[in-house]
Amino acid sequence: MKRVSPKPMPRRFHQASWDEPVIFELSQPGARGVLIPEVEAGIVQEVGDVAAGLPEGLRRKTPPALPEMAQMHVLRHYARLSQENLGVDLNIDIGQGTCTMKYSPKVNDQLARSPKLADLHPLQDESTVQGILEVMWKLEQFLKEISGMERFSLQPGAGSAAIYTNVAMVRAYHESHGEGAQRDQVITTIFSHPSNAACAKVAGYEIITIYPDADGYPDLGALQAAVSERTAALFITNPEDTGIFNPRIEQFVETVHAAGGLCVYDQANANGILGITRAREAGFDMCHFNLHKTFSTPHGCGGPAAGASGVRSELAPFLPKPTVEFDGQRYFLDFDRPQSIGKIRPWYGVAQNILKAYAWIMALGADGLREAAETAVLNNNYLLKKVLEIRGASAPYAKGKRRIEQVRYSWEQLNQETGVHSEEIGFRAADYGTHYWTSHHPYVVPEPMTLEPTESYSQADLDEYAAILKKIADEAYASPETIHTAPHNSTGHKIHHAPFDHPDEWAVTWRAYLRKTK
Amino acid sequence: MTLGLIINPVAGIGGRVGLKGSDTEAIQREALRRGAEPQAQLRTAQALEVMLPMKERLELVTAPGAMGEDLARRLGFSPRVVGKLEGETTSAGDTVNAAIEMARLPVALLLFAGGDGTARDIFTAVGTNLSVLGIPAGVKIHSAVFATHPRNAGEIAAATLGGERINLREGEVVDLDEEAYREGKVATRLYGYLSVPYRPHMLQNRKAPSLAADSARLEAIAAAVNEAMEAGWSYVLGPGTTTRAIADRLGFPKTLVGVDVYTCETAVELDVSEGRLLELLKDKPAKIIVTPIGGQGFIFGRGNQQISPKVLHMVGRENILVVSLVEKLNALQGEPLLVDTGDPDVDAMLAGYWNIIVGYRERVVYRAAS
Repeated sequence: MKRVSPKPMPRRFHQASWDEPVIFELSQPGARGVLIPEVEAGIVQEVGDVAAGLPEGLRRKTPPALPEMAQMHVLRHYARLSQENLGVDLNIDIGQGTCTMKYSPKVNDQLARSPKLADLHPLQDESTVQGILEVMWKLEQFLKEISGMERFSLQPGAGSAAIYTNVAMVRAYHESHGEGAQRDQVITTIFSHPSNAACAKVAGYEIITIYPDADGYPDLGALQAAVSERTAALFITNPEDTGIFNPRIEQFVETVHAAGGLCVYDQANANGILGITRAREAGFDMCHFNLHKTFSTPHGCGGPAAGASGVRSELAPFLPKPTVEFDGQRYFLDFDRPQSIGKIRPWYGVAQNILKAYAWIMALGADGLREAAETAVLNNNYLLKKVLEIRGASAPYAKGKRRIEQVRYSWEQLNQETGVHSEEIGFRAADYGTHYWTSHHPYVVPEPMTLEPTESYSQADLDEYAAILKKIADEAYASPETIHTAPHNSTGHKIHHAPFDHPDEWAVTWRAYLRKTK
Repeated sequence: MTLGLIINPVAGIGGRVGLKGSDTEAIQREALRRGAEPQAQLRTAQALEVMLPMKERLELVTAPGAMGEDLARRLGFSPRVVGKLEGETTSAGDTVNAAIEMARLPVALLLFAGGDGTARDIFTAVGTNLSVLGIPAGVKIHSAVFATHPRNAGEIAAATLGGERINLREGEVVDLDEEAYREGKVATRLYGYLSVPYRPHMLQNRKAPSLAADSARLEAIAAAVNEAMEAGWSYVLGPGTTTRAIADRLGFPKTLVGVDVYTCETAVELDVSEGRLLELLKDKPAKIIVTPIGGQGFIFGRGNQQISPKVLHMVGRENILVVSLVEKLNALQGEPLLVDTGDPDVDAMLAGYWNIIVGYRERVVYRAAS
């Protein structure tokens, strides 16, 4: 028997393309997925017209305009759409830098789906939910140890919700010192996650953004020029989205403290520093984690996310309520917190994700967490070396230095030499079955690409991803049209950004679409 | 669907032979003597080729001979020709006349092939009254009105004429002082603005690409500035579309390339000189509001020399506001903002960090150097 020849690298990929209509277009009047039985005669006799009990104002005048479809057609529709995706379980998902895409162990999903958790109701008496309260309390102890902070709230339902929680606590803290109105500015850096600026802005703060100095480190001089008696807080990521760790972070913290501001550490992605550095030792007053980044629970689009806000004890009175407490005997919820900022979302947190993060930490242990971080950093620097060998690619800032857990690369040289843009490389990457992301807007690094290979990916995975990038760069130099006209084998669409802010060009609901196209 | 086309046949002729521009007839002759080949026809052809599929539906209006007609016919278009050439060789006057004709028709979009000098001529003729896009064919291409490649000019034109929604931007028309440039000095001037159809990545721009149109963000900057304005103060607005948004919000006129003086209540005087500024601001509290212009990040000393060292000294650093779209700062790629007023002491005063207004309650701290 002859051996078959080995698979080519990069692999040949072709995505299913169903050209599937929007579900509303599939609606057939009269089609039904479920036939609801008539109310039985005996019940009618006993109760009469059930709907008559509803107040007039609560009754619909017209039935809801939902698609009318048989079950089979609904199933087929969504199964087809699912084949037009590139999910985390399908591709080498390191192209979505800053998002810390890692393997979410399936066993933890099974655990969270267990009736022991899934059948609980948040209104149950505390005495009947001691198990999940214990998990919440213990996860808080873990996060305290990991960050050095003294209390945590697991209530926020997402990373930005955790940042908003921290913004709200910053305000509550300054108000408690009579400086709430005076301290109306929040400082951040351009390479911190933009949710920091966005959340503070939504909460009413003026935002001051610091740019990097010539070496790519946040500019200390600029910070010194920015702080004043109006400074409420510094919200900063470290390492930043460039993967560069700010070596002067203590001076940053001291500068802000000296002006009377608080320092808030965005540790949404703490993947490169677990067990290595802590927010507390760097002098921070608050921090937050995304359980769906560092602690392996699925990201928001794959289910609810979860954030965790941590504070020094001085700020603990402002935490959202209730907190989960333990008196040595039993776990309970403490609602009696007069200085609390209140609730950030209903109930006590996304219990399923809290359980998954708890299980992930328990499985790894303290040494395992540190090993995860070290492996993530090793993977990143291995990939950095491979990418820099590709013609046209560079890693701006901190020349010759290693990065922590991710890198914001630039294809500026490739663009100048071939006319191919980073965004187009993303479309071409989809032709090879991989996802690829540029950067937040507006681009600061020209022609950006942000890669974050977490600890989950093997050397072979990284080699394959780098081979795909090299192949695309070679194509860009040999036949740029191939890239300009991509995707060829996948279902991605070219997007013209220019009309995004024109209301004639978009509709966020089917109803709006029908109205606008009348 | 009418497309205007004007080629400056001598554009770019000086570049390959090292003459740093092609603005005067003497230079053009010297370039030809040195063996220069005209680039403009070739570059324009690359743009027009993109539009060949829509040839039948397209009404092409162009200038005679080498200014568009010859090439259009060679590529199979049936152009309508407007105007006559004044002499044997083409001149800036021919460009201006042809552009005026096209604005009169008007054409839906005017494509012109040339460099900064040609852009200036087009600006002289049409101002911001016509949608205009440059095919890069000249030696100096510093104005933000050119496509990054002739093919991109063709694509934007095809999309515009095909009815796609494309935002218009006002692109700076800047030009080097060619005499100074040949002596090795770099000095740019802002001449005005052209209305340019904008697509990210496809236009040579002084700003990093952004998703949203400029208008909303300019309004946000204007709102932030207006909110801080106080009765009894004079406000000196430097050139630019960002500063114009501030005047717009107040309901006052603004010269785009001039320096204008306002109070909260009125536009005091437009297009003032250094001398008038000194008179108007004498013994009065005043603020100066400027935005980086001309592409290299200058906040003082290029395009706003009326705000002289004397004026700056009188007003003081604490009364200077810098406003900017954040894309302009991003496009500096970490290079500092620049000041070059001609007075080393004033330059030193203006160097250092600026707390720049980039939106409503949004600021960026950025460094300036002299």
